[in-house]
Amino acid sequence: MKFIPLIWAMLWRKKVRTLLTLFSILIAFLLFGMLQGVNSAFKQTIERSNVNRLIVTNRISITESLPYAYMSQLETIPGVQRVSHESWFGPYYQDPKNFIAAFPVEPDREFPAHPEFVVPKDQLAALEHTRDGAIIGAGLAKKYGWKIGDRIPLHSTIWVKAADGNSDWDFTIVGIYEVPTERSREDAMFFNYKYFDEARSFAKGKVGWYIVQVKDPSQSAQIAQEIDKRFANSPDETKTQTEKEFQQSFMKQIGDINLIVTYILFAVFFALLFAVGSTVMQAVREQVPELAVLKTLGFSDTRMLVLVLVQSLTLCIVAALLGLALADVMFPMLRNTLGVVKMPPAVIAEGVLMAALLAVATGIVPAWRAKRLVIVEALRS
Amino acid sequence: MIKQIVAVTSMNLRSLPQRIGTAWVIVIGIAVTVAVMVSVLAMAAGFQQTLKGTARADRAIVLRAGSQAELESTIDRENAQTIMDAPGVKKDEAGRPIASAEAVVIVALPQKKDGSDANVTLRGVGANAVKLRPEMHLIAGRMFRPAVRELIVGKSAAAQFKGLDLGSHIAFRDSEWTVVGIYESGGDAHESELQGDAETVLSAYRRNGFQSVTVMLDSADAFDRFKGALTTDPTLKVGVQREADYYAAQSRNLSKLLNLLAYFVGGIMALGACFGALNTMYTAVSTRTREIATLRAIGFSGMPIVISVLVESLLLAIIGSVIGSCAAWFFFNGNTVNTLGAGFSQVVFHLTVTASLVVSGIFVACTIGMLGGLLPAIRAARLPIATALRAS
Repeated sequence: MKFIPLIWAMLWRKKVRTLLTLFSILIAFLLFGMLQGVNSAFKQTIERSNVNRLIVTNRISITESLPYAYMSQLETIPGVQRVSHESWFGPYYQDPKNFIAAFPVEPDREFPAHPEFVVPKDQLAALEHTRDGAIIGAGLAKKYGWKIGDRIPLHSTIWVKAADGNSDWDFTIVGIYEVPTERSREDAMFFNYKYFDEARSFAKGKVGWYIVQVKDPSQSAQIAQEIDKRFANSPDETKTQTEKEFQQSFMKQIGDINLIVTYILFAVFFALLFAVGSTVMQAVREQVPELAVLKTLGFSDTRMLVLVLVQSLTLCIVAALLGLALADVMFPMLRNTLGVVKMPPAVIAEGVLMAALLAVATGIVPAWRAKRLVIVEALRS
Repeated sequence: MIKQIVAVTSMNLRSLPQRIGTAWVIVIGIAVTVAVMVSVLAMAAGFQQTLKGTARADRAIVLRAGSQAELESTIDRENAQTIMDAPGVKKDEAGRPIASAEAVVIVALPQKKDGSDANVTLRGVGANAVKLRPEMHLIAGRMFRPAVRELIVGKSAAAQFKGLDLGSHIAFRDSEWTVVGIYESGGDAHESELQGDAETVLSAYRRNGFQSVTVMLDSADAFDRFKGALTTDPTLKVGVQREADYYAAQSRNLSKLLNLLAYFVGGIMALGACFGALNTMYTAVSTRTREIATLRAIGFSGMPIVISVLVESLLLAIIGSVIGSCAAWFFFNGNTVNTLGAGFSQVVFHLTVTASLVVSGIFVACTIGMLGGLLPAIRAARLPIATALRAS
């Protein structure tokens, strides 16, 4: 403890250099926080997916629909607790840029199957009673400033209404849902399947995919097999995956985000190693006479080693924490482009660990040199 | 003055090897920044090139009004015929329109790299599609026959997805399809697809409407006439686009995201490299303190000293950018990747390190070098001669 002022003084021996190095490290950890943050936020979405839900899609591809009649068959499969369904509506608000994830559902099935969605009971009832009603996520409400009671026109890129051959659909917002466990899922909209199915001009009586809630998650693999077997050799064969597998396969289609992030961060830290390494090396070189004096005063070899290591450790960790804090502040900016909401706290722990590794990697050689310092020679230089 | 500049700069550069340890900090910092930026931009460039390459000035694509991608659109048979017979559509020798009403559906096929399913486009094409897309030609096997469940497969698709070799069978929708040919199409988006006969695809998917109609126009100028004829026809509710506009729109979102990533990450890294450069150059100046003071004492002015420092940092920056660009080119140029395109289906493309990307990399490096060299250079020129001479 009593050495803190000494370490502090040694660190700030050359203010400009220390500051510049601090900024280099800060920047590297800002990037680390952002990139690794996005990466683990995506991973978290997959990890958090519900283990007792299965997604049943058409075997050919998710864009092919399934008959509504499958619902009653799915319900009879042993181990199935509840069946719900969603379809792809593909709408935008005013401009194609304002894409909205909206799904026609049956409220009395969809919300019980997703207990993590928090909706006031009266709003849920309102949805069931309002033909063109819709419940939107809190994030979506905030983005467009929509309130309960607002009427919003959405343009579907797929579905045409039979009545007027028009693709503009009107909705009345009757409720706002929240997902306290995962705020990034608050950007969707749910509305009545009945309204959708009656009004659309084609593919009536079909749904996009089914969501099957199972009683016992440990049986989900068997139940999935059972479902696919039930519909094998029918005109619409199914492919059943757990929600986790489903999301994973979707991410894999986009590309290997993990690999790209790893490449970039590897490059960043490679450069940082040189930048910090050369600074610490130089600092120790300049400190040689002082270190020699300390040694003369009776500092042991180990203490010299620790003294230098602690210097680089302090610099790296302070800078890393500042960088990670900055990343945490900037992270919500990515919501609109990437749909992530909050930097996972685990990233901060990873970052600090990286900083410690960096400090040891860059400090060990100069520290060793300080340890092996020969007093007489050092004092003479 | 010029003489002084040359003398001081060359003296400075000759002493550079003594400072090699710290000089590496600039070189590597910039090399890494440029490498990351160029690689990510190469991804965006490759993706854009693939989609842009699909377009031809004298072709137009017709979707249902309001649909933005083929998969979202439907056009019934009657309308498809009206569109193909519209004025401005080129006719072949037999007097038939050079056009193709197409059924676009998706098949889930496993990716070679990890075995997970990906959405691959299966395009059912009309009889005149060969004349419509002369850039497409078979490199192996033969053309599919109509009314038989046969497919031809794009070169890129065959490379990225499993089970698409010549002669292999793909089973979907209670039917089995045989791969009879592999085609090449100048690296455009159609190379990531499977193609078969439109009628056969429609019957297998139990559909009775097409997704899009693509037509060859008499000339690029005939577009307005064609579009006018379709949009004024009360029986049609369609959107008409030049292929170039359609494919530009398809690539917009992903390109934007990749560019954002490149400039955001690249910008932050450049800032970091700038701090590194400043540090290095301050150190370089401080080790040369006595030398600079001596020069000033014997009558050299401040300018040559400023320039010598700037030249040093610029030179290191350029070396760094060359290393960075070479690394990006060597490791990533031509790498094949696939991703989910705007139309919910896979697009296979190649990373392309273009000359303009390399130039912008060098530009970024020079900016970093300038910024990193300027402050230390000014400090060098302002050193108080008397104290500096006494410095150890």
